[in-house]
Amino acid sequence: MATVRIPTVLRKRTGGDAKVEAEGATVGEVLSNVVAQHPTIDDSLFEDGKLRGFINVYVDDEDVRYLDGLDSKVDPDGEVAIMPAVAGGAQRSEHAPRHLSAGGAGA
Amino acid sequence: MRFDDISQAVGNTPLVGLPRLSPPGYELYLKLEGHNPTGSVKDRVAKYLIEAGESSGELRPGGRVLEPTSGNTGIGLAAICRVKGYPLTCVMPENTSEERKQILELFGVDIVHSPASEGSNGSVRVAREMADADPDVYMPFQYGNVANALAHYETTAPEIIADLPDVAAFVAGLGTGGTVTGAGRRLKRWDPAIKVFAAEPEYGDLVYGLRNLDEGYVPEVLDPSVLDSRIKVNSLDALEWTRRLAQEEGIFAGVSTGAALVVAARVCSRLPEGAKVVALSPDGGWKYLSTGAYAPGDVAEIAERISGTLWA
Repeated sequence: MATVRIPTVLRKRTGGDAKVEAEGATVGEVLSNVVAQHPTIDDSLFEDGKLRGFINVYVDDEDVRYLDGLDSKVDPDGEVAIMPAVAGGAQRSEHAPRHLSAGGAGA
Repeated sequence: MRFDDISQAVGNTPLVGLPRLSPPGYELYLKLEGHNPTGSVKDRVAKYLIEAGESSGELRPGGRVLEPTSGNTGIGLAAICRVKGYPLTCVMPENTSEERKQILELFGVDIVHSPASEGSNGSVRVAREMADADPDVYMPFQYGNVANALAHYETTAPEIIADLPDVAAFVAGLGTGGTVTGAGRRLKRWDPAIKVFAAEPEYGDLVYGLRNLDEGYVPEVLDPSVLDSRIKVNSLDALEWTRRLAQEEGIFAGVSTGAALVVAARVCSRLPEGAKVVALSPDGGWKYLSTGAYAPGDVAEIAERISGTLWA
């Protein structure tokens, strides 16, 4: 099971949990599994089937936009981190080098 | 080296090898931007921002300059504005270190505080409101001013190329995005095979805690397409490498330097054996002494305690 780190602002959607264990071989599958466990987090993560612009997702500390987006591989004991973008740390998905699609996110 | 005044003494910083910290088979180098006149990489940016305002006519003799800055840019602007005769107002998060406030006050800067919980975004918001209310001020706005990246395109990167023409990768922290965008672009023009990596600080819960996800801010200066990847670094790893840098290489640097080194060491395995990697050290450690980052004690405990102020 991968560990998904939940930022403070989204913990009200996970019953206060800062970490959620989730199944999946890709980022999309893992996030989809998080949504299955905590359905109300869906709208906070996705908008029109894409990751929201001010949310950054990392696999083992690497921004998935520079990997394979939602198709990025996640090790069985890997870590997926969801972080709100802050100054200097934000980018809109349409400006990203690889476009993030909803693929497999189950949104 | 002799200069007419301090504004001329910006740049030409040392590029120093780190033989004791380099992973086996690779060479790490550190560009010591703390050797700039006010002690940070932002001297380059400050000079370019002010000169851009003068060239465009937005900044006229005696005009007031206003900028949101968590410190280093403010200090760089303060020195330049002092010698050029411009009054300066800086908007900064209220949790910025005491050293920075005192330096700015010494330079005669007016300081306006924004809420710590809003981080740099809060400073941007407050400064924009103030600038909108006063058409006579010049807000260079480092997050959106092309002069920010241009400073690195025209000065930082050419210095690296001159000192280490066969550089294989460049790593710098992600703040405004100016360093990675400007230096990265120039390095890739020199050799398209050069990889550019951003080290992104992972802020503490204090910074993230009260954020609304709709309030994210996109720095217009950052060109994400220049990056080959973007890797986040937590406070503990950054602090450990910053302390090792002092203990093993004799270099006293700020914690953002440790973050850049974490990424530099991590990406070596993606590069050919023997590759030379340049990390940029934005500043020395002096302005962070009061945060306790360098105090004796358990590094994990220190990292936890200061994670909210470490990157401010």
